[in-house]
Amino acid sequence: MMLVALALVLWGLGWWLNLRIAEGPHAQSRAARLAVPLIFGAVVLAVWELLVRGLQVPLVILPAPSLIAARVAGSLPILWADFLQTFVKGALTGYVIGCTAAILTAVLVDRSDFLRRGVLPVGNFVAALPIVGTAPILVMWFGFDWQSKAAVVVAMVFFPVLVNTVAGLRETTAMQRDLMRTYAASYWQEFFKLRLPAAMPFIFNGLKIATTLALVGAIVAEFFGSPTLGMGFRISASVGQLSLDMVWAEIVVAALAGTVFYGLVALVEKAVTFWHPSQRG
Amino acid sequence: MKSVLPVLVVVAALIGLWYAAAVPMNVRGVLDEAERAGAEVVPASGAERRERAVWTLVVRNPGAIPATWAQERPRLPAPHQVAAELWDTTAGKSITSKRSLVYHGWVTLSATLLGFAIGTGLGILLAVGIVQSKVMDMSVMPWAIVSQTIPIIALAPMIIVVLYSVGVQGIIPKAVISAYLSFFPVVVGMVKGLRSPDAMQLDLLRTYNASAAQGLWKLRLPASMPYLFASLKIGIAASLVGAIVGELPTGAVAGLGARLLAGSYYGQTVQIWSALFAAAILAAALVGLLGLIERLVLRRMGVA
Repeated sequence: MMLVALALVLWGLGWWLNLRIAEGPHAQSRAARLAVPLIFGAVVLAVWELLVRGLQVPLVILPAPSLIAARVAGSLPILWADFLQTFVKGALTGYVIGCTAAILTAVLVDRSDFLRRGVLPVGNFVAALPIVGTAPILVMWFGFDWQSKAAVVVAMVFFPVLVNTVAGLRETTAMQRDLMRTYAASYWQEFFKLRLPAAMPFIFNGLKIATTLALVGAIVAEFFGSPTLGMGFRISASVGQLSLDMVWAEIVVAALAGTVFYGLVALVEKAVTFWHPSQRG
Repeated sequence: MKSVLPVLVVVAALIGLWYAAAVPMNVRGVLDEAERAGAEVVPASGAERRERAVWTLVVRNPGAIPATWAQERPRLPAPHQVAAELWDTTAGKSITSKRSLVYHGWVTLSATLLGFAIGTGLGILLAVGIVQSKVMDMSVMPWAIVSQTIPIIALAPMIIVVLYSVGVQGIIPKAVISAYLSFFPVVVGMVKGLRSPDAMQLDLLRTYNASAAQGLWKLRLPASMPYLFASLKIGIAASLVGAIVGELPTGAVAGLGARLLAGSYYGQTVQIWSALFAAAILAAALVGLLGLIERLVLRRMGVA
């Protein structure tokens, strides 16, 4: 009971501390913006640990964070092999292929107004469908190894990126295009100097959506069959053995991979679209 | 209306591509069957055929092309086979039958809707809290944004097992996953929407001496409606994916996800494709329904 009481006290303390910072004079400073979420996160972890220990929650329901951390530290080789299989081979390969194909298709589609008016609604429609469902079919076609996972990822990221790129390539105004024409710019000059840069914020929006989809696709595809490694395989196998600390360790890896992947794409976006109002704020 | 013809052309092109792709995908299976049935096949032995590319097989056996669109268990079923299976399992069976897609669709749909209701309800509440309280904004909002980059669906198998071990089964575990997936898009969208009134409008309310609650009900909530509907559409699609994926790890016997899994175990490709299309039709219907409600609500409010 002591631990539960301690957890409640800690929760109150953390909340009070954040209240002081948020209402204080330095609330807008960079340090405060960083400190408040970090304090919140740390308090949540501590309360989780104390409650699990205090209430003696069985491992099968919820392992304590310390146990998960120990599991992560203890099985780094397995986690690394799973990460390579699922993220680098499955998700990343599929992401690169899918996004490249989508952008090239968008450039082709953009050349014809008729095609664009046909592709945009169809693409929007398909982008809202549960494409993960194609996983069993693609696993059947491409085998259990990472190729089928990459194929699922390609199918998942293709349409969001396609739709965003096609929409982005329309972003220039008639005035800007007329200016290029008065310079006697060729199609490709206009494309590379005006329309592609103008489309970049949209393309990166699609690319950022696709990062999460890529990981989801690679993990879920492994539920339909995989070699004996990979994050999705480990999750479903460990759930079967009720070793939930291993499941949580994989989830930690997946969360880190997803966040870093997204962060990297956002960094590239920042460098490429430095001129856009949303990046100058 | 202008885009009806282009859309039809694109859809027709996709279906044509599908028929064309079915020929090389299925030709090996068709030729193997034809050989076993004693028909004339070039080249005659299976070992020789394995050496050849699929295109040479198609060119050498033009008579086999129609058969590639009518196989029992093709690698890629032709569109009309999927359509026939869809029709057969929706209209052709009584809806209480275990083989009816309406029955399986309803199992998935009920979990989706329950989860969606829970997820959006909690999401709107959290968004209101974030907008009203600066502490919550600073502590919770960064985590809500970060959580969007995490493949939350990886949690699905665990949620099901954990809930099972505390004695909860049936529709609830799937609904929890659905709720979880639709929760964060709604939070992020709603926070954006509740913040959309500009300084002038907020100042006007202040000159009326409006309380925070009045500001919420009379200005912020109405102003957030377009954002709410945009995130609801994302949320319901995510909910459906959650419910389908939630059926995978348990070996569930009912639901569209269970149909996908059973189809992939027994090589029933037509069944997989029809379950997939049923899910797609369901998703499209749900998003379309939300779009209709959005139009009605916004028109009633005079926004659009």
